[in-house]
Amino acid sequence: MKLNRRKFLTLSAASVGAVALGGRAGALKAPWTVPQKWYEEQVSTVYSYCENCFWKCGITVKVAGGKVRKIDGQKHNPKSRGRLCPRGQAGVAQLYDPDRLKRPLIRVEGSERGEGKYREASWDEALDYIAARMLKIKDEYGPEAIAWFGHGSGDSWFVEYLPAAWGSPNAAKPAVSVCTAPRETASQWTFGRGVGGHEPVDWENTEYIVLIGHHIGEDTHNTQLQEFAAALRRGAKLVVVDPRFSTAASKADRWLPIKPGTDTALLLAWINVLIEEGLYDREYVEKYTVGLAELAEHVKDKTPEWAASITDLPADTIRAVARELAAHAPKAVLPPGRHTVWYGSDTQRMRALYIVNALLGNYGVPGGFYLAKKPYLEKYPHPPFPLEPAAGGCSGSSGGSEEVPEGYKPRADKGKFFAKTTAIQELIEPMLSGKPYPIRGLICYGTNLFHSIPNVPRTKEALRKLDLYVAIDVLPMEHVMWADVILPECTYLERYDDLVAIAHKTPFIELRQPAVKPLWDSKPGWWIMRELAIKLGLEKFVPWKSIEEYLDTRLQAIGSSLEEMKKKGTLVQRGRPYLNDWERWHMNPFKTPSGKIELYSKTFAEHGFDPLPDYTPPMPAPTGYYRLLYGRSPVHSFAKTQNNWVLMELKPENEVWISNAEGKKLGLRQGEYVWLENDAGVREGPVRVRLTERIRNDCVYLVHGFGHKSRGLRLAFGRGASDNALQTRYVLDKISGGAGLRNNFVKIVPNAAKPRLKRISTLARERRL
Amino acid sequence: MARYAMVIDLESCVGCSACAAACVLENEVPPGHNRLWIRQRELGVFPELTVEYRPEQCLHCENPPCVPACPTGASYKNEDGLVLVKYERCIACGACVAACPYDARFMNPAGYVDKCTFCEHRIADGLDPACVETCPTGCRVFGDLDDPTSAVREALAKAGRIDVLRPEMGTEPKLFYLNTPSNRGLDEAEEVQQ
Repeated sequence: MKLNRRKFLTLSAASVGAVALGGRAGALKAPWTVPQKWYEEQVSTVYSYCENCFWKCGITVKVAGGKVRKIDGQKHNPKSRGRLCPRGQAGVAQLYDPDRLKRPLIRVEGSERGEGKYREASWDEALDYIAARMLKIKDEYGPEAIAWFGHGSGDSWFVEYLPAAWGSPNAAKPAVSVCTAPRETASQWTFGRGVGGHEPVDWENTEYIVLIGHHIGEDTHNTQLQEFAAALRRGAKLVVVDPRFSTAASKADRWLPIKPGTDTALLLAWINVLIEEGLYDREYVEKYTVGLAELAEHVKDKTPEWAASITDLPADTIRAVARELAAHAPKAVLPPGRHTVWYGSDTQRMRALYIVNALLGNYGVPGGFYLAKKPYLEKYPHPPFPLEPAAGGCSGSSGGSEEVPEGYKPRADKGKFFAKTTAIQELIEPMLSGKPYPIRGLICYGTNLFHSIPNVPRTKEALRKLDLYVAIDVLPMEHVMWADVILPECTYLERYDDLVAIAHKTPFIELRQPAVKPLWDSKPGWWIMRELAIKLGLEKFVPWKSIEEYLDTRLQAIGSSLEEMKKKGTLVQRGRPYLNDWERWHMNPFKTPSGKIELYSKTFAEHGFDPLPDYTPPMPAPTGYYRLLYGRSPVHSFAKTQNNWVLMELKPENEVWISNAEGKKLGLRQGEYVWLENDAGVREGPVRVRLTERIRNDCVYLVHGFGHKSRGLRLAFGRGASDNALQTRYVLDKISGGAGLRNNFVKIVPNAAKPRLKRISTLARERRL
Repeated sequence: MARYAMVIDLESCVGCSACAAACVLENEVPPGHNRLWIRQRELGVFPELTVEYRPEQCLHCENPPCVPACPTGASYKNEDGLVLVKYERCIACGACVAACPYDARFMNPAGYVDKCTFCEHRIADGLDPACVETCPTGCRVFGDLDDPTSAVREALAKAGRIDVLRPEMGTEPKLFYLNTPSNRGLDEAEEVQQ
């Protein structure tokens, strides 16, 4: 416990002098040694990039006495610019987490999945075990019967490289269909370009920003936060549309507390005002877009008054924001946000958002969106893989090849939706039903199956049915403790990974390299992949002898080298950010069927979707239930960081936000523990109540990533509630494949006991360096 | 000779705690203690709201009450205006902890009183304190008040309103807050410590 002034005074009524004598035995003794600080030793630095979220900030790792002691932002890196968020800072605590997976584990024969009974194994035995079962599944069902899930930058080995060599199209990432799929698909079919991992919002030059459900400040995407703060300091105006008074809302000039799920109506009303009042950028729209006439007809009756009745916002405010947007155009922007799988109609909402941007004439124009360019980088010259899975990524639109080579099957989720990238949640069903064909094995790299994919009971049932389930991870997450074989990966501070190529205003390549040797018997992902490939008889696809050789070959091909990258960490190239940069070279950035920005999408019409976005009302909440909204804490990433003592000291549990008014009705007290129960009867918690003015009466809010149920995570276990556990329902977005998660409703069940857990500081003490 | 000070622009601060995490690692702050923390206050009534994120730490007062409270001379103000502790001389009596009106000091389990030093060891190398260097929003500015060209002087010169914590104590803090949202005249709500 912190001894602060107030506590000190209550502890002692005696004089300060008396305490001085009693405070330490023989108080006035000779000076004792104060422990040496790490920075007083010899400090060496290693360049790498961060893995504590997906943003991939360049980092400078400081090593002293053979241990990583401090991580700073790389000064010359376009992502971090010398700064880091709390998660980036706290990477050290993950590296030295004593709860880490330490050696390969094989589930004890005869035990059930989920029982958590394991025996230690050598790497050789564990990989032999996996290879034998994979080959058996391949013989019986074909290579497509193995699914591959991946999350994190090491996942390229397990959702791209190895499945492609192996011949399974069923590789997927939660980063797509439970995150960015709608914004990527909509952008692809509006602008002919994806959004990419780093949203190409031209913060540096913008004057007017409208955020819709976009929690900058609670999402600490480093560069974005830096540029957002700088824009506001420069005087940019900010409008925040959110049912909850987010951190961003606290910085806003206007907060629009919209009724959840009605955003598309608001966007259509803005389109209406921009067109009806002739406020759109005529020259830009004429030159770069198609479909204005159809759009104008479509939104004729979508007036602010119409939207007001739907969104619970005043018509005057709606109109005023549209006019202000136009007044600042093209230096006015509605950023796409990131997690966009909300209601199942999300691609159309994102289309509406992009159309507003296009009418402002801001795409490819300073102050709106810049045109991100991928850096030039060559692949390793391995023999051609039999097929190309379409796992996508945050930058997701890439998609694999639609053509299925002779002898191979198409993705198991094909036909359920329009987009080319695989939807992770749609690969669960084939594990259960065997339709369209059986999936009998799962290789799961870093994907938290019980904290990212909706309908956890279904996922558990599917895992029970598999012939093989392998988890590759750093920590004993609950889903890991269900696997047949657990392979302990070392952390990002102990390994090389493949190069990352960041599409950006100034495109760049980053190197990940180890700062220290792997602890215990953990191994890097590339090593695990390569050894497994060899055991699977795929050695011709991994002709490189070491990762250094692999990386050096790729870098030599672009005139650099591993040696140079180790010294620099980041290699920055030249970009082509604005339309005039493209036009100078007679190039067209809009890779749509028409070669222009498609306000009206003929392709959508041809596939039976609305060619112009329409408002679809969200699923209504049953009586007595609140819509469950969720978001982030700035100090945590996904469900990945709740065992990190530095971060857990800053945020040890999540709370359920509920309005003061509703709390009063329910008789709730601030800080009391309650259960949350969804309309399917799933109960989760206990979780503390946070009564607040900062949320509407029709919804409650949880920070994502808490409510861990693995006892192996001694810090994370039992703290807070998992939003994912309550998300048993999702509405599939038929265009993007996204799983609309905000269709879950909860009621508050009061009088839960406070969980009896040790204090974080007590648990953290043994984790100090 | 300098007079080091810090300016925090609350308009920019989002309470992300990057500063707090950086501080813990840079200074090996033991679990359960903080040299630096963030207070969060919710102000107003739906929908007229604001939230104040306020980082706090030692204010390196011009008139630090902790220094005269120290019976051994372990607590002192150095020639650059930093309020510091000579750990070897500290007898862990806690008098300074009690004297500080800002709860900025704590008893390090290693056996001495500990607190923010403005990362004295980094300043000596010409670097900003760890909290300033890492802050993604750039809401923290550090520098020498005696240097008219310093970043803090520039920030203070441009500022509309400048606040310090508990000015009535006469401590003359050298940690300044700009754009305090509570100055907008909204009711104060209960305080939540992050």
